[in-house]
Amino acid sequence: MSAASMSAASMAAAPGTPVRIGVLALQGAFREHLETLAGIGVQGVPVRLPRDLAGIAGLILPGGESTTIRRLIARWELRGPLLDFAASGAPMFGTCAGLIVLAREIAGGEEPILPLMDVTVRRNAFGRQLDSFETDLAVPVLGDTPVHGVFIRAPVIERVGPDVEVLARLDDGRVVAVRERNLLGTAFHPELAGETRFHRLIATMAAEHRDRADGSGHRLQATRGGAAAGSSSAA
Amino acid sequence: MTETSTWATKKGLAQMLKGGVIMDVVTPEQARIAEDAGAVAVMALERVPSDIRAAGGVARMSDPSMIEGIMAAVSIPVMAKARIGHFVEAQVLQALGVDYIDESEVLTPADEVNHIDKHAFPVPFVCGCRNLGEALRRINEGAAMMRTKGEAGTGNVVEAVRQLRDVLAAIRRLQGMREDELFVAAKELQAPYELVRQIAAEGKLPVVNFVAGGISTPSDAALVMQLGAEGVFVGSGIFKSEDPARMANAIVQATTHFDDARIIAEVSKGLGAPMRGIAMESIPESERFAVRGW
Repeated sequence: MSAASMSAASMAAAPGTPVRIGVLALQGAFREHLETLAGIGVQGVPVRLPRDLAGIAGLILPGGESTTIRRLIARWELRGPLLDFAASGAPMFGTCAGLIVLAREIAGGEEPILPLMDVTVRRNAFGRQLDSFETDLAVPVLGDTPVHGVFIRAPVIERVGPDVEVLARLDDGRVVAVRERNLLGTAFHPELAGETRFHRLIATMAAEHRDRADGSGHRLQATRGGAAAGSSSAA
Repeated sequence: MTETSTWATKKGLAQMLKGGVIMDVVTPEQARIAEDAGAVAVMALERVPSDIRAAGGVARMSDPSMIEGIMAAVSIPVMAKARIGHFVEAQVLQALGVDYIDESEVLTPADEVNHIDKHAFPVPFVCGCRNLGEALRRINEGAAMMRTKGEAGTGNVVEAVRQLRDVLAAIRRLQGMREDELFVAAKELQAPYELVRQIAAEGKLPVVNFVAGGISTPSDAALVMQLGAEGVFVGSGIFKSEDPARMANAIVQATTHFDDARIIAEVSKGLGAPMRGIAMESIPESERFAVRGW
């Protein structure tokens, strides 16, 4: 994985091989993610219905209200297709509410939404809006320049599974950015701070995923079918 | 360095609410119904606007214990209303820890000249406007989110449509102007020149803009979204309808899928009666909420 992150930190998505990244556009700050993608020359596609997942190589789950997004995912039967999309190996990046959507466990007993990432998150972990804050974070996989984190009624990651890589912590040690294979999550909003490195990273991961899919035809079809079946039996 | 209550966090919460529905609620039970239906936030108040309109008299900030009850009942952001210019009501709401304050024309104004200096508060504010000049004056005072006022408590979307069109048309006009014409435009809008210039350059308000006042069906919500609203406030339209939970959910769905008529048709089926509406002609000028604030 470090090769992927090194290349992401140093360059945009491979020039000449356009890759399309979906942004879940049910509710929240999806426009900011689409603009951030446009700013690094990557085509973003709003995703509201299962059919919108066709032809995209990665997906961003934006900030918003997770209770609302949960309801809209259920109503439009996106859960199965999103789990299949993740199982295909396509990268997914959740910010704030998007991280909550990806988490396998939500502290306090709420049902998980797309149990994908082996983490436990706590909603509104810092308090109410008056406790929202900005701070600089060291994120070594993105290089030496710190990431400016904007935390808005933000969640925190209370537990990480054995396969989860911690990408950033607050000064007090609390975990606020993680990666597990093709899944990325941050408790803060890079899209509100003009930060593009996470988007470059997912674009690079998406291009690699797409190239793998192009390069290994039938074998991948079989893998995808098997993975999808696995995810629906878990669901 | 860690900083709380920055402009980015104040404005940012409104950005997270985009594409969503903020619902007026008067009890914790209603707040839970709103949250279950998919509201992105609730507005805690003592009476919905149609009841304020019916009751007359002076409408004030709600009882703090009622607001606390609602804050305890839901996990989504809770907003509450202060009277225009009543900075002590705003101080009280901030002390309670509400997530956003609405300096609202639905309550009886406390000051006929000055609005609240919103920069002075760590808590963010949303304010109403009828046109671009009013929006820019509120933003200059520190509002981190705007909403057009519509005419609250009427169930009639006509004012909301007029005002949203006004704001967006005025922005388009600024975009077409020469640099040297923006000075007079600022004078005519009675708005700060720096903000006018910024809007002419960027083609949008520097804060999120919702629509309020008169939304009472899924189609109403989709109408203002197609016109360019970034989200909707629904006041009386939900809890004055026949089946509030279903109406609330349908308006949430229509706000997300605002440009898909088949989905709007689907969610609009069998909702029961929406709130009873009032024609604008039947409301005397002196009883209109939207003219409050300047």
